[in-house]
Amino acid sequence: MTHLQVNGQTRKVDVPDDMPLLWALRDELGMTGTKFGCGISVCGACMVHIDGQPVRACVTPVSAAAGREISTIEGMEADRIGQVVQQAWAENNVAQCGYCQAGQIMTAVSLLKTTPAPTEQQINDAMSGNICRCGTYPRIRAAIEQAAGSLVSGGRQ
Amino acid sequence: MTATVRLSRRAFLQGSLGVLTLAVTSSGLVSAARAADAEAPKYGADSMPGGTVDDPLVFVSIAEDGTVTIVAHRAEMGTGVRTSLPMVVADEMEALWERVEVVQAEADEGRYGNQNVDGSRSVRHFLMPMRRVGAAARQMLEAAAAARWSVPVSEVRAVQHEVLHEPSGRRLGFGELAADAARQPVPTADALKLKAREDFRYIGKDKVRLVDLEAIGKGEAVYGMDMRLPGMVYAVVARPPVVGGKLRKFDGSKALTVPGVLKLVEIPAFQGAPAFQPLGGIAVVARNTWAAIQGRDALEIEWDDGPNGSYDSVAYRQELEAASRVPGKLMRDQGNVAEAWAKAPEAERLAAEYYIPHLAHASMEPPVATVRIEDGRAEVWTSVQNPAAAQAAVARRLKLEPGKVKVKVLLLGGGFGRKSKPDFVDEAAIVAQAMPEGTPVKLVWTREDDIHHDYLHTVSIERLEAVIDGSGQVQSWLHRSASPTIASLFVEGAKGQQITESAMSAINMPYVIPNVRVETAEVAAHARIGWFRSVANIPHAFAAQCFIAELAHRAGKDHRQFALELIGPARRIDPGMMADTWNYTESPERYPYDTGRLRGVIEAACEGAGWGRELPEGHGLGLAFCYSFMSYTATVVEVKVDASGEVQVVAVDMALDCGPQIKPERIRAQMEGGAIMGLSLALASEISFENGRVRQSNFHDYEVLRHQASPRVIRTHLVNDDHELPPGGVGEPPVPPVAPALCNAIFAATGKRVRSLPVRTVA
Repeated sequence: MTHLQVNGQTRKVDVPDDMPLLWALRDELGMTGTKFGCGISVCGACMVHIDGQPVRACVTPVSAAAGREISTIEGMEADRIGQVVQQAWAENNVAQCGYCQAGQIMTAVSLLKTTPAPTEQQINDAMSGNICRCGTYPRIRAAIEQAAGSLVSGGRQ
Repeated sequence: MTATVRLSRRAFLQGSLGVLTLAVTSSGLVSAARAADAEAPKYGADSMPGGTVDDPLVFVSIAEDGTVTIVAHRAEMGTGVRTSLPMVVADEMEALWERVEVVQAEADEGRYGNQNVDGSRSVRHFLMPMRRVGAAARQMLEAAAAARWSVPVSEVRAVQHEVLHEPSGRRLGFGELAADAARQPVPTADALKLKAREDFRYIGKDKVRLVDLEAIGKGEAVYGMDMRLPGMVYAVVARPPVVGGKLRKFDGSKALTVPGVLKLVEIPAFQGAPAFQPLGGIAVVARNTWAAIQGRDALEIEWDDGPNGSYDSVAYRQELEAASRVPGKLMRDQGNVAEAWAKAPEAERLAAEYYIPHLAHASMEPPVATVRIEDGRAEVWTSVQNPAAAQAAVARRLKLEPGKVKVKVLLLGGGFGRKSKPDFVDEAAIVAQAMPEGTPVKLVWTREDDIHHDYLHTVSIERLEAVIDGSGQVQSWLHRSASPTIASLFVEGAKGQQITESAMSAINMPYVIPNVRVETAEVAAHARIGWFRSVANIPHAFAAQCFIAELAHRAGKDHRQFALELIGPARRIDPGMMADTWNYTESPERYPYDTGRLRGVIEAACEGAGWGRELPEGHGLGLAFCYSFMSYTATVVEVKVDASGEVQVVAVDMALDCGPQIKPERIRAQMEGGAIMGLSLALASEISFENGRVRQSNFHDYEVLRHQASPRVIRTHLVNDDHELPPGGVGEPPVPPVAPALCNAIFAATGKRVRSLPVRTVA
């Protein structure tokens, strides 16, 4: 039995140690917001945060996540920056099919937590591990810039 | 309420005559009366299974609290159709969008009309039926209110979720009228009063928020991949690595020792042409996806590769090249190309060959389906473009009446044509059948499965030969297309493109050229050839649009000016005059080829991009245009090519004329996405074969565009928002002009011609 701290709650899963966190979240805990896209850490659809760091759940064994703080898309509404990013995503009508967007948002939140006012290059560097096949990249960029702007102005108030 | 009033086909045609007349008045092509002839062929939506349904009792229900529920009968794969078609109904019926709930229809084409989300048809075929649904619902509410108040119906009108009686100032909410309205007769077609354009609240405006937008951002939206049921088991399949291959023998003993693995199920190989049948193989059923994947890794299998085991992309390219250099099957012939070519001096001849490899759709959600069989019935939860095809496949597999198979359509994590083919749903049905009655089976494709076993975009050599005289006039045009046909999917051994492929930008080119010949080479397919967003327009437009730029250069003329001269003056051309008897199934009278509209998008894209402006060193602008799915598109790409040959896309201008614009914001989203997908296939993507096997396996070697390579600027230009024109497609048309515009820009920047995709770097 493995204890996972997911979005501030302790959850128990009875799975092999080497099962990727992705499948523990999706198949065992029913948390399907974290998506399966490639299984080899090249598309970013499964992005979660572990102890505040962006991590690809599809290649992270549950044993490596146990006892650490795991945040998923389902927890972003309770996160100050997560909320701002989700709002920017909606205001820019970013999503098309939407399947990759949870991962995109998780990566963007992580970027803005460490880099509140990212440059274009920093956005590209942070986001290039997340594929969107519908081609929403220009709007993702716009949403990140908008979220960064509102976080900066929010910080000044 | 079971009463339904179906409009007769004749009434429908008469109802649409107004539009028809307007569309052809100035072209003088044919008399409108011909379309009303009962013997006339069926066009557009009428030619599709299920046709259209415009019964308000099927699509709309109103609760006593005023909540209006509207059925979205077509699947959402990212175009926004789950919002835009219900929005059209809401607008016509004067429902407030905040009080509308959208519910997704199950597969039932008898009830809802055609549900196949394919061919850029959703708005094209259902704009008018959905307008009629909304108008009928509004008129039934008005009639109910007039009866309640005992006043003439002409004195009442629906406004924003209420019906008003202005003379007395009385008003009743939709909820208060719901029960009475449902008992009103459904208005006949000739009694329907559609809104005037200036009265639209939502159509053509961007006031309505996408139905799934917030759920997507919160990770709450449910895709096929997210289906969960109590007692559900998970399956993955080991499939023959070569199309047409078969299981020779296997040892599953190790797989069965993997913790969580429950069972192995043999999937029979397909017979005859592949169609939508499973490829065959061994399914591993387990308690979770990971265990199923681990179990599959532990299978020991020997395959018999069969006749496609020697398919090799390098050799096949040579075969295509050779085939493109000899006469093929004739698709269009005008004048005498052979004579014009033979007579022309060498200096007036130009020939070029263009190559595009196979492409995989690679939607972010791989194929997935959940099936449960119980009491002689099957339930299916899946993300498919064509729910009726999934229903038919499962019914056939389980030997059930289609009505005993319920297909519940979840959100699609992308489709692009792949999810029109329900082979994966059939696989899930086979596995569910092998499990204890009532066990839900979720069958998941991994990314490797998706890349290895896709219904690929064809691979093509397009050869063009032209005679261009000393004054820069094109005297002769030969286009010979060598690529395996989609028909091979359905007819074993089929070779040579069909009209449905040639009429995607090969034969239907409206240029002012006296001698035109289009041929297709009859080459065999060794993979499952499917349709990929915009289909044969991709290779045909790539070749033709690059070739026009080459001809412009030869003539020493500005590409834009040369193209406009080649197209000639604004006029409406009967597609039949270009040997196009298909016309995307649409009526040639309603949808003639309008060169004025083509000119319009070229001018808009060029203006947006600042065509002709001075550019920095290493930059170039390239133009391309296309007519597809009844819409006109043009693209201008600005590139920067550095000394090492690295290509950077600086900006893209996308112009589209799709006639009436229903939800402009989503149209722009499709144009932006089309630009990115076009750049992906131009710059990065390639599927190739060796020993009959796909060499790529995942996004590390099947590359698609990522953020860093995505242009900083994509400007979208919507042209000609004309509600008197019949609607054109939106999902597919943005893709075809992008790759040729990019290659033309590279030439402008470097003087180097790229005729083979993907570009990667410019040597």
